[in-house]
Amino acid sequence: MADDISTLRRILRSSRTIAVVGLSAEWHRPSYFAAKYMQAKGYRIVPVNPRYDEVLGERCYKTLEEIPFSVDIVDVFRKTADVAPIAASAVAIGATCLWQQLGVLNPEADALARSAGLDSVLDRCVKIEHARLFGGLHWAGVNTRVISARRPVQ
Amino acid sequence: MSERRFRAETLAIHAGQIPDAATGARALPIYQTTSFVFDSAEHAASLFNLQTFGNVYSRLSNPTVAALEERVAALEGGRAGVAGASGMAAEAMALTTMLQAGDHVVAAGALYGGSVTMLAVTLHKFGITTSFVDATAPDAFAAAMQPNTRAVFAESLGNPSLVVLDIAAVAAVAHDHGVPLIVDNTVPSPALCNPITLGADIVVHSATKYLAGHGTTLGGVVVESGSFPWDNGKFPGMTEPSPGYHGVRFFETFGDFAFTMRCRMEGLRVFGAALAPASAWQILQGVETLPLRMERHCSNALKVAEFLRTHPAVSWVNYPGLAEHPQHALLTRQMSGASGLLAFGVKGGPARGVSFIESAQFMSHLVNIGDTRTLISHPASTTHRQLDDAQQLAAGVKPDMVRISVGLEHIDDILWDIDQALSAATK
Repeated sequence: MADDISTLRRILRSSRTIAVVGLSAEWHRPSYFAAKYMQAKGYRIVPVNPRYDEVLGERCYKTLEEIPFSVDIVDVFRKTADVAPIAASAVAIGATCLWQQLGVLNPEADALARSAGLDSVLDRCVKIEHARLFGGLHWAGVNTRVISARRPVQ
Repeated sequence: MSERRFRAETLAIHAGQIPDAATGARALPIYQTTSFVFDSAEHAASLFNLQTFGNVYSRLSNPTVAALEERVAALEGGRAGVAGASGMAAEAMALTTMLQAGDHVVAAGALYGGSVTMLAVTLHKFGITTSFVDATAPDAFAAAMQPNTRAVFAESLGNPSLVVLDIAAVAAVAHDHGVPLIVDNTVPSPALCNPITLGADIVVHSATKYLAGHGTTLGGVVVESGSFPWDNGKFPGMTEPSPGYHGVRFFETFGDFAFTMRCRMEGLRVFGAALAPASAWQILQGVETLPLRMERHCSNALKVAEFLRTHPAVSWVNYPGLAEHPQHALLTRQMSGASGLLAFGVKGGPARGVSFIESAQFMSHLVNIGDTRTLISHPASTTHRQLDDAQQLAAGVKPDMVRISVGLEHIDDILWDIDQALSAATK
């Protein structure tokens, strides 16, 4: 799994479109927090959840396969046990990264994604990692582990 | 690619501060501002909803203060930190965020006097009770646990008792009962001891002491490990919608830095004991040299302890850095040094001790510790004066105890001043 600063920076810098599987429309849910944050940072958020038609002003799709354009990151807010088929779908639609959220860590999905050449991130929040590596999280007193003599550049 | 694990000397200088995004300033700017503008009403709403990271008002967060918070968190090997206006402010923030009326604390008896008062008097007033136990006996902590116990509190190295806490053993007791261990790590500082690596869940500091090191500035920091399971059913304030911050579920939303965020949004926001940006900056100037200073504080204190133990005017010496100290083996297992703090008795009783203090030439009679200057005090009549005789003994304060915080002057000069003051006191 990818967990070092340079790999996570490359993934977040080279991606523009994030399909968020299990995105909630309720404002206080972590998935909504994360997707809203990434949208504000300029990423296109593609909600994937059969319960909704639209979230965060974007059309919501029932499955990854329904999305009629290409996706970079498939960001998974689902139970660990449910991730393997999502990993297979991520590979099938040509995504470049499978990202399992904080508390989600399915090793089978990780292996599937990596064997198909995708980057694979486990047990990390896309919002927290973005804020850790490109600025924001340090204002909350969090130990970012960023040691550098250069300004933060996205 | 594996990531470099930087050492304490490097973290003390770099952690929490990279060149300023706006100006490229290499040293840390002082953001001397109460407030921060919103880019739009939408941005303001996102900040208040905690959906984005950013600064609103310096009572909650400030970029200069944040550099200190992150640096101390990094030095402690913790996930996140939050600063307060003093060590007591930090301790109060940690305890009042975690506890509520009806809860119980098991605490070491050998604590700084202000901490004893906070637990035994102030929190008691709000329905939080505390059992004080022998800090050298992990079994005593276990025996005092109750169904409503929600925290264990102790000092890694007691001030001024110099009692060494068996951190791993007491952490195991706390975790067996599903509650966090809070360790006050002020005396060893993170340069000598990292309680989180030994099992502690929360670390509190008076940054006024060795972290700052220069005796100019008050401050405190709370650090969380990021590994306590707040969803074990005992901490609904961490898992249920917060009535103190419009329904946010802190643990679900912030995961391994949830306690820090709750301290910030419920503790700092409401009680307001925030650290001033200029103070954070002053403290950080000291933190940059912390590992270097602690080496010298420890070597000077060991020489003072060795000098005192054979001095004819001295009845006893307490310094866990001495090989004959009963907790020396535990100390060396947990800490890379015994700090600059030691205690001793002058033959002839408390009056002779007071006379020693008054005979010093450059050793300063005051109640701080962890300064560049050598500091001396008589705890029974100063820091622990508010405690009764039994509480004083429980806190490790003997009537004739003289406390020395050995500074960074030349060791020959320190020994000279001690020797001449002892001669004057016992003439």
